[in-house]
Amino acid sequence: MHARAAQAASVRYVSRTRTERLVNLVICLLSTRRFLTAAQIAATVPGYEHDPDDAKDHEAFQRKFERDKAELRELGVPLETGTASVFDAEPGYRIAHREYALPDIPLEPDEAAAVGIAARLWQHAGLAAAASSGLAKLRAAGVDVDPQATLGMEPMVTVDPAFAPLTAAARDRREVNFDYRVPDRDASSRRRLQPWGVVCWRGRWYVVGHDLDRDATRCFRLSRVVGAVRVTGQPGAYEPPAGVDLISHVARWSGPVERTGRATVAVAPGRAAGLRRWAVETTTGPDGDRLVLPYADPDSLAGQLVGYGPDVRVLDPPEVREAVIQRLKEIAARHDELAVAGGAR
Amino acid sequence: MTRPAARGGRASADRLARLLNLVPYLLARPGIEIAEAAGDLGVTERQLREDLELLWVCGLPGYGPGDLIDMAFDGDRVTITYDAGIDRPLRLTPDEALALVVALRMLAETPGVANREAVERALAKIENAAGDLVAAPVEVRLPGDTARVRELRAAVERGRALRITYYTAARDESTERTIDPLRMLMVGGRAYVEAWCRRAEAVRLFRADRIDAVAELDEPAVVPPQARPHDLSDGVFRPSPDLPLITLRIGRGERWITEYYPCERVEADGEQWLVSLRVTDLGWARRFVLGLGPDVTVVAPAELAEQVRAQAAAALDAYATPVAPVDPAAAGATQ
Repeated sequence: MHARAAQAASVRYVSRTRTERLVNLVICLLSTRRFLTAAQIAATVPGYEHDPDDAKDHEAFQRKFERDKAELRELGVPLETGTASVFDAEPGYRIAHREYALPDIPLEPDEAAAVGIAARLWQHAGLAAAASSGLAKLRAAGVDVDPQATLGMEPMVTVDPAFAPLTAAARDRREVNFDYRVPDRDASSRRRLQPWGVVCWRGRWYVVGHDLDRDATRCFRLSRVVGAVRVTGQPGAYEPPAGVDLISHVARWSGPVERTGRATVAVAPGRAAGLRRWAVETTTGPDGDRLVLPYADPDSLAGQLVGYGPDVRVLDPPEVREAVIQRLKEIAARHDELAVAGGAR
Repeated sequence: MTRPAARGGRASADRLARLLNLVPYLLARPGIEIAEAAGDLGVTERQLREDLELLWVCGLPGYGPGDLIDMAFDGDRVTITYDAGIDRPLRLTPDEALALVVALRMLAETPGVANREAVERALAKIENAAGDLVAAPVEVRLPGDTARVRELRAAVERGRALRITYYTAARDESTERTIDPLRMLMVGGRAYVEAWCRRAEAVRLFRADRIDAVAELDEPAVVPPQARPHDLSDGVFRPSPDLPLITLRIGRGERWITEYYPCERVEADGEQWLVSLRVTDLGWARRFVLGLGPDVTVVAPAELAEQVRAQAAAALDAYATPVAPVDPAAAGATQ
């Protein structure tokens, strides 16, 4: 013990690291119920020794102390500011243990394993770091995580750059604006939004909220946000509608389609493997096979069928057959012109 | 303690976070072996010893022997005997809570996940502990569970080689393959089996919705040592520069392809766009271009333009020839 005290003393005055000073600052502020002023902290926490009467020395201490406070806050340490009594003008500091400490999370081994797996799913560097530092805290709280555990199927979690600023803005209820580019428009346009939340729908990310210019609920695809998301409003500036179902807004906007139509096509033997896979009926006929294909929209079915060229011929219904012939004529005409224009290249 | 003092920056913040975790971590595991703790915390044993040395001289104001963090060493084992008030880890930051909660929600929504119930229990507990932080305004919905995905996952879990019928869109063909599965993945809302393909003699990703039949073989999956999982951080399809480059002139209505396919170059030419992308196969490119519709013209290569023209002309010829009347039974009921 005596040797350690000596070591502590020698270390204290010789080569104290900044990290060590910060650990001591946390311990000091956690142990006090009263708010401690900067001067009191300087007098107790090793590493802040200075001569308060020397203006230059004092200023250096203040800068150091400001930097340390900022670092603690950045780490998430809840640094409280207040005065010890009504007679004190100078602000003091303390850390309430209740605010500091992670609440008890009694995870069963299979639950802990799930958290461990979830934490390594992020493919986005910033969120991957946040997930693993969060997991480190759970471990520090006594949770044991089996690193070998798997759940048979693992999603790769990727997000667009706009994800972090938009989730933060939605959490803090702050208005944002951003430039949004839809491919069939020539230029991006500035949108002003009160974001309610962010949704992953079928592997793509969207933000849902109140569009201030359209004065209506709108969804925006995060991959179409150009450049930075700018936070413009104050926190708590609005309230999303109570019980809002974010998913339903996106689902309504890009929902699945029912394939109630049926088309019959003739397919050359052994060709068009892709079509055969979703035929609901296949019969072998004199000129190859006949497939019955379910479809929703005649025009998009026509597009798929045209892809197979002469291997596929539409027999029925006429609207699909006509759509296919029309497309083929236009494609042939366009590429004929090209062949003429390009000459014998 | 001869290390130079860390000057701010990321490294110092990381170390502070680690040290504040270390005391409660050890407190919860009295007598843990230093090597085990280091492995668990993802640091070297030497780094852990340096951290302990630093903590050993930290403590409450007074900084006498009774105020400093105290620990007992027993051979290679360590026990915290006095924690100086850091008995709990720091609570989760908003970002940490968000990252864990969103990943758990994603996991809970992923089709084919074993023990989904444990994921949901864990999620509820983390959300509860994080409190207001995760009124996390993030919701996740992935395509539903399918019988195929469940069947594949069960087969992969049993560790057998699989015989599959697989549809390859790039060549528009269905083939039989024997694969030795490595893992199952969900990327961009789609399920994949990553496996050693004995036919290709390489690691391949197989889209679950393109596996049309599965049979479990009576032999274990054996993945050759040289097999490496894909790096999927940039998505599933990473065009390599040795693949054929095609250039298309597209109309406004077809600009969506620039969002769906990784394009090497997109250039506005008035109303129209010139778009260049890499394709795995020119046959695929031909089906792709024909399927896109009349608003698309092949600019390069000339070979592809000619194929597109010839196929369209041949198809039109076929339509000009009369066909046998349609059998009404085969035409289906819904018209």
